[in-house]
Amino acid sequence: MTQQSIDRREYNITAYTENQVGLLNRIAIIFSRRKINIESLNTSPSEVEGIHRFNIVVVETEEVVRKIARQIEKQVEVLKVYFNPNEDVIWQEMALYKVPTDVIAERALVERLLREHGARAVVIRKDYTVFETTGHREETDKLLTVLQPYGLIEFVRSARIAIIKNSQGFHHQLREFERIEPSHEVSENDYLNSRDKVFTM
Amino acid sequence: MYLNSQPQPAPTSAETAVATAESITRTLSGAEATLHALLAEGVDTVFGYPGGAIIPIYDALYDFKEQLNHVLVRHEQGGIHAAQGYARSSGKVGVVFATSGPGATNLVTGLADALIDSTPLVCITGQVFAHLLGTDAFQETDIINITTPITKWNHQVTDASEIPEALAKAFYIARSGRPGPVLIDITKNAQMQKADFAPYQPCTHIRSYRPRPLVRSEYVAQAAALINQAKRPLVLWGQGVLLGQAEQEFKQFIEKSGIPAAWTILGAGALPTGHPLNVGMLGMHGNYGPNVLTNECDVLIAIGMRFDDRVTGRLDKYARQAQVIHLDIDPTEIDKNVKANVPVWGDCKETLPLLTELLEARTYPEWRQRFQDHDAEEIAAVIQDELFPTSDELTMGEVIQQLNELTQGEAIIVTDVGQHQMVACRYAKLNHTRSNITSGGLGTMGFALPAAIGAKYGAPERTVVAVIGDGGIQMTIQELGTIMQTGVNVKILLLNNQFLGMVRQWQELFHDRRYSFVDIASPDYVTVASGYSIAGLRVDSRPDLQAALREMLEHPGSFLLEVMVTRENNIFPMVPQGCGVGEIRLK
Ligand SMILES: Cc1ncc(C[n+]2csc(CCOP(=O)(O)OP(=O)(O)O)c2C)c(N)n1
Repeated sequence: MTQQSIDRREYNITAYTENQVGLLNRIAIIFSRRKINIESLNTSPSEVEGIHRFNIVVVETEEVVRKIARQIEKQVEVLKVYFNPNEDVIWQEMALYKVPTDVIAERALVERLLREHGARAVVIRKDYTVFETTGHREETDKLLTVLQPYGLIEFVRSARIAIIKNSQGFHHQLREFERIEPSHEVSENDYLNSRDKVFTM
Repeated sequence: MYLNSQPQPAPTSAETAVATAESITRTLSGAEATLHALLAEGVDTVFGYPGGAIIPIYDALYDFKEQLNHVLVRHEQGGIHAAQGYARSSGKVGVVFATSGPGATNLVTGLADALIDSTPLVCITGQVFAHLLGTDAFQETDIINITTPITKWNHQVTDASEIPEALAKAFYIARSGRPGPVLIDITKNAQMQKADFAPYQPCTHIRSYRPRPLVRSEYVAQAAALINQAKRPLVLWGQGVLLGQAEQEFKQFIEKSGIPAAWTILGAGALPTGHPLNVGMLGMHGNYGPNVLTNECDVLIAIGMRFDDRVTGRLDKYARQAQVIHLDIDPTEIDKNVKANVPVWGDCKETLPLLTELLEARTYPEWRQRFQDHDAEEIAAVIQDELFPTSDELTMGEVIQQLNELTQGEAIIVTDVGQHQMVACRYAKLNHTRSNITSGGLGTMGFALPAAIGAKYGAPERTVVAVIGDGGIQMTIQELGTIMQTGVNVKILLLNNQFLGMVRQWQELFHDRRYSFVDIASPDYVTVASGYSIAGLRVDSRPDLQAALREMLEHPGSFLLEVMVTRENNIFPMVPQGCGVGEIRLK
């Protein structure tokens, strides 16, 4: 193994951005042109209205991640980018598991399952039951292995969301940005809905 | 002011437009609002080509002929290269119009070229009606997604009311910070739609965009300390000096510090070629001294340059011994290729004076002697034969040498891509900044002819000479039609070696002379030019060369001079691919 691959680890990239059409593509291109695979990507509103937040997980060396973070921050509509190894963030993923209700009720002790894995039943129907767990990868994986023998029908895990342990600094700045210059609404294409009514040539 | 329907001279800058703007709202079409915005931004010339999706803007242009000069090119690629030439010679933002679909996709090469060479452009493309977006309508392409990786910013407008703000942002982004190309795609309904427009407001601030970094004085101090204790410092400068309009500040820095300075091809001309501290060109076909001594200097000061691989050769053999100081406005360039010991993030117009202030005046006589010794070696091994050959055939170098004698370094030299480009950039004498216009980062053949047209519009008082190979001219030769129609005065110096010369050189040196498809036939260029009513001449012998060059320069309009040069000449020195700069070959 090369030194490079030894130094690769999970990094959480957090980008605060304007809420703009096309920005996701601009950010994705920064990874794809360097042939870097995105392990997980989540976008959501931030605590400040009109400002969005990207959470991107990659497995890379610190040097590569630093360069990518700068490239992202260079985009006109990006306000700020942080990158952190896992120990610097609090992070969670959510998983849903669908299993046949009869099997699970007959052969497993549902209650024990739920207790041991911190799971929650989201839906219980005659034909299937859906459980939910939230946690780190290993935690959500554990329930997966447990449920596999019980005829697991479907499994899905969400993108990672993460909060930086130490990011008070930017929060104030964000609020300030928003106070001085409130964000614009994203411009939607209102014309798309009126296709048949519009004359063209 | 832009709201007046009376034809008015274009304001010289966005500021004057605002100062004199009347605070009244008027109803305009989106197309009219677009042109008013251009005038308010101080645009005087637009390059473009019409089509269905941009007809409303062309329709509005019909009434703006007095204020806005539109140059009808022959291909949108020609249009965008012309706008690049205009921007590079004038320092202003170049503007291009194109229609949707094929018109827009023809801009792609120029956008990529402008992004990598940091050229400020605003491209305005027409787009199908907004309600047709995404339906594969006639001449619809998703130009926003196509151009995302090759624009600094792009944006689609689907409603007329968005136009002024989108254009204001476009100009601000294109010209500020590290400049670059911006594309605004305007749907046809938005061009046609009428709306009430308030006076144009130029953009001066975008909250998520910080084009002007705050200069941190501790880094400037560290840089100065490093320079003051250096024994063999070397400056490498690039286009950042020109883009920051910091030529004066740079000269003061060089002259006080006494440090020898070498340039990347995009930096050429920021310090006159004849300046005693100008030690020549860097990179693959650069000069011997600066390349070799990059690996011997103790402090390397990079100013507004980005350590392109054509400059550094192999990175693991590049300046390992040196402490590196990197001055750049773009933080992504710092540490990207070469690690900086001292990063000086900022506009060099701001950082250089701060640095100069802290420097001791020095001269480094022994160190400078090293450059002179290497020069002598290079002259004996390469330059003498190239510029003053004794063989029968003409060399590219002697053509440029003769041109220098006639222009005395006063002309703007626009080069295409290939051997002639390296020869022209190496040997052209340049007394002034903004005198060397070339496709550096992308190496786009076909660049020079249209870029020269644009350069002349950007600097009408200057002589513009396009130096082009027989391969490159055939890529955009249709722009002779633009010259014919506009009467623009461009001197075309065609260096014909009857080969795709640079590729042939590589095949000779690295592929056992297997000349695979580099033998390119040419039309009779003088006849072609005359078909476009452009005067021309062809020479193939030394005694005729000077008179022919003089005729070209003295001719009142455009002129095509074809010079037949040695078929198999090679450009040396050369840092072969995969080698370090210290391994530069003289033969
Ligand atoms: C659009 C484009 N296609 C291909 C190339 C690759 N290329 C680089 S130099 C060169 C040869 C140029 O030949 P010519 O224009 O005759 O100039 P010369 O090298 O002979 O001076 C080629 C094909 C390029 N740079 N640009």
